[in-house]
Amino acid sequence: MSVGEGGVKQRRIRRAVFARIPRAWLTPLAIIGLVVALAWIVVAFTASSFIPFSPTEQSLPRLQPPGGEALLGTDGLGRDVFSRLMAGAGVTIPLALLLVAVSTLVGVIVGAVAGFFGRWVDETLMRLTDLVMAFPTVILAMVIAASLGPSLFNAVIAGIVVSWPQYARVTRSLVLSLRTQNYVVAGRLLGYSPLRSLLRDILPNIAGPVLVLAALDIGTAILLLSGLSFLGLGAQPPTAEWGSMISEAMRNFDSWWIGVFPGLAILTVVMAFNFLGDSLRDILDPTSQTERESTGVTHAPAQASDGGER
Amino acid sequence: MRAPAKRRKPARSPLAGYLLRRLGTSILLLLGVTLVTFILTNLVPGDPIAAALGEGASQNPVTVAAYVERHGLDQPLPVQYLTYLTNLVQGDLGTSLTTGRPVTEDLATAIPASFEVAIWSIIVSLCVGTALGTIAAYRRGRVSDQVVRVVSLIGLSVPTFWMALVSFHVFFLQLRIAPGSGRLSPMLIPPPTVTGLYTIDALLAGDLEVFVDASAHLMLPVLVLSLFTIGLLTRFVRTAVLEVLSADYIRAARAKGLSGPRVVFDYVLRGASLPILTIVGVAFGALLSGTVLVEAVFAWPGLGTYAYDSATNLDLPGVMGVGLVVGVIYLVINFVVDLLYGVLDPRVRLG
Repeated sequence: MSVGEGGVKQRRIRRAVFARIPRAWLTPLAIIGLVVALAWIVVAFTASSFIPFSPTEQSLPRLQPPGGEALLGTDGLGRDVFSRLMAGAGVTIPLALLLVAVSTLVGVIVGAVAGFFGRWVDETLMRLTDLVMAFPTVILAMVIAASLGPSLFNAVIAGIVVSWPQYARVTRSLVLSLRTQNYVVAGRLLGYSPLRSLLRDILPNIAGPVLVLAALDIGTAILLLSGLSFLGLGAQPPTAEWGSMISEAMRNFDSWWIGVFPGLAILTVVMAFNFLGDSLRDILDPTSQTERESTGVTHAPAQASDGGER
Repeated sequence: MRAPAKRRKPARSPLAGYLLRRLGTSILLLLGVTLVTFILTNLVPGDPIAAALGEGASQNPVTVAAYVERHGLDQPLPVQYLTYLTNLVQGDLGTSLTTGRPVTEDLATAIPASFEVAIWSIIVSLCVGTALGTIAAYRRGRVSDQVVRVVSLIGLSVPTFWMALVSFHVFFLQLRIAPGSGRLSPMLIPPPTVTGLYTIDALLAGDLEVFVDASAHLMLPVLVLSLFTIGLLTRFVRTAVLEVLSADYIRAARAKGLSGPRVVFDYVLRGASLPILTIVGVAFGALLSGTVLVEAVFAWPGLGTYAYDSATNLDLPGVMGVGLVVGVIYLVINFVVDLLYGVLDPRVRLG
C-alpha cells in the first residue's frame, strides 16, 4: 500500500518536474548538445577505470592502424590512441570548466564593482579590460604561457587572463541598467548596504546572460587549451592531451589515425557545448530573438515569420 | 559678427575634438600594451639569455656578459623600459634576439604575409556569411534556417589547427591539388616588393606564373581560417537581417513592387550593414588569433609565426613589436569601423 502510494507520489513528482521544463527547451539541438557534453564529462571522470592501456605506457608495436589490439591504432611511440583519447578528456574538459568558472567569477566581480561604484573605479577597471581586449586572445595567451613557462596549469592561467574581460563588460552594463531600477533604489532607501544591494538585488538578475556567455565560452576554452598545447605551450609530453596528440601526429603524417581522432574529439566536445550554450541563450536571454517564437509552436504559419510581420 | 562665429564653432570642433580624444586614448592604450608586454616578458621564471644564446654559449660568462651589455640587460627594468620607449618614438623597435635583425625589418615582411591571408579570409567569410545569414533570416524557423544554424555552430567548433592539418594532408599529400606549405613554391622568386602582398606584387610585375602560384598557396590557409569567421558572421548577419526585415521601410519597398533581389541588396543589407560591420571588426581579431595556429601548420612566415618564435624564445623586442602591431591593428580597425558607421548611417553622431 505504502509502496504504491510512494510510486504514485514519485510519478507525480516526476511529472511535476517535467511539466516545469517548457516544451520549447527540448529542441534537437539542446538534446544532442546535452547528451554529448554529458557523455564526454562522464568519460572525463571515469576514463581511468575503463581504458585498456595506460595512456603513457609505450608497450605496443608502433604505428599500428586501427582495428587490431589497439582499437584506434597506436602512435609513433607505441601508445594506445584510444586510451590516450579517453584520458585526454579527463585532462582538457575539467581544466576548461575551471578556466571558465574562474574567469566568470573574476569578470563578474570586476564588472559588478565597476558598474556599481562608477566614477574612477569604473574608469580604471574598464580601461584595463580594454587593454586586455586589444590583444588577440591566442597571441596574448601565448605570450603569457611562454613567459610563465610551458605547462598546462600556466595555459589555464593564460586562458583566465584573456577571457575575464568579456564577463566584466557584460556584467558592468547589466549592473548599470539595474542600478537605477526602482526596486534596487527602494532597497538602498531601506538601508541596505551597497554590498547587500549588489548581492541580493542585482547579481541574481544578471545570472542568465552571464550563464549563456559562460556556456558558449566552454568551447572556446577547450579550443584555446588544446591550441596552446598544440603549439607546445600547454600540456607537456607524455601527458595525453588532444592538442599535443595532434602536434605529435605531424611527425607521422602517413598514420592518419594519430591526429584525426583527437581532432574529432575536440570537435564533438566543443560542438556539444556550443549547441548547449546556443540553446541556453534562446531560453535565458530575452534580448536575443532567435527562433523561440517559431519553434515553440512549430506549426505556426510560416508566413508569420518570414518578414511580413511587424 | 558673433552669430557666424558661434555657428562655425560647433560645426568644426566636434570632429576635431573627437579625433583628439580618440588619439589620446589610443596612445594611452598603446602605452599600456607596451607596458603589459614588457612586464610579461620580464617577470618571468624563464631565462631569456639562455633562450637566446643556447645551452653552450650561456655557460660561458664572457659571452653572457657581452650579450647582457649589448642589449642593456644590466640596467634596472624601469630604465630599460624608458630606453625602449625613447627608441620607439624614433621608430626603432630594437633588434630581435631570435633573428638578430631589426624588429621593424622582421615585421615589415611578416605583416603583409599575414595581411594577405587575413584580407582574403575576411572577403570569403563576409560573402559566405552574409549569404547564409540572409537566407537563414528569410527562412526563419524552417529547415534551412536550422541547417544554417547548425553549420555555423560547427564552424565555430572546429579546431583550426586540426582542420589545417587535415586539409593539408588531404589536398596536398593525398589529392595533390594544393601546393605545399609556405607562400610560394621554392623554385619561384618572390616578386619585387611594392605592397608586400605576393599576389598584387606579382600582378604589378606582370608575372602571371608567380601570381597563380601565390594564389594557390593562399587557398588552404584562407579556407581554414574562414571557417570560424563564417560561423561568427552568419549568426550575426541573421540577427541583423531579422531586425531589419520587420522595419516599415522594407514593407514599403515590397509594396512598391520592387524585385526580391533589389529589396535584399538595396534595402535589407544596407539596413543591416551597421551590425555586420561591427562584427567584421570582431572577426578580424579572431582571425589574428587563428592565424597563429594556422601559420604554424602551413609554415607561413607571418605575424603568427613571428609571435610564436619570439614568445617561445622570450625575445623581448620581438614580443613587444608584435604586441604593438596588434594593438595598432585593433585601434585602426575600431577607428575605421566607427568612421564607416558615419558613412553608412548619417544619423550616427560622434559621441
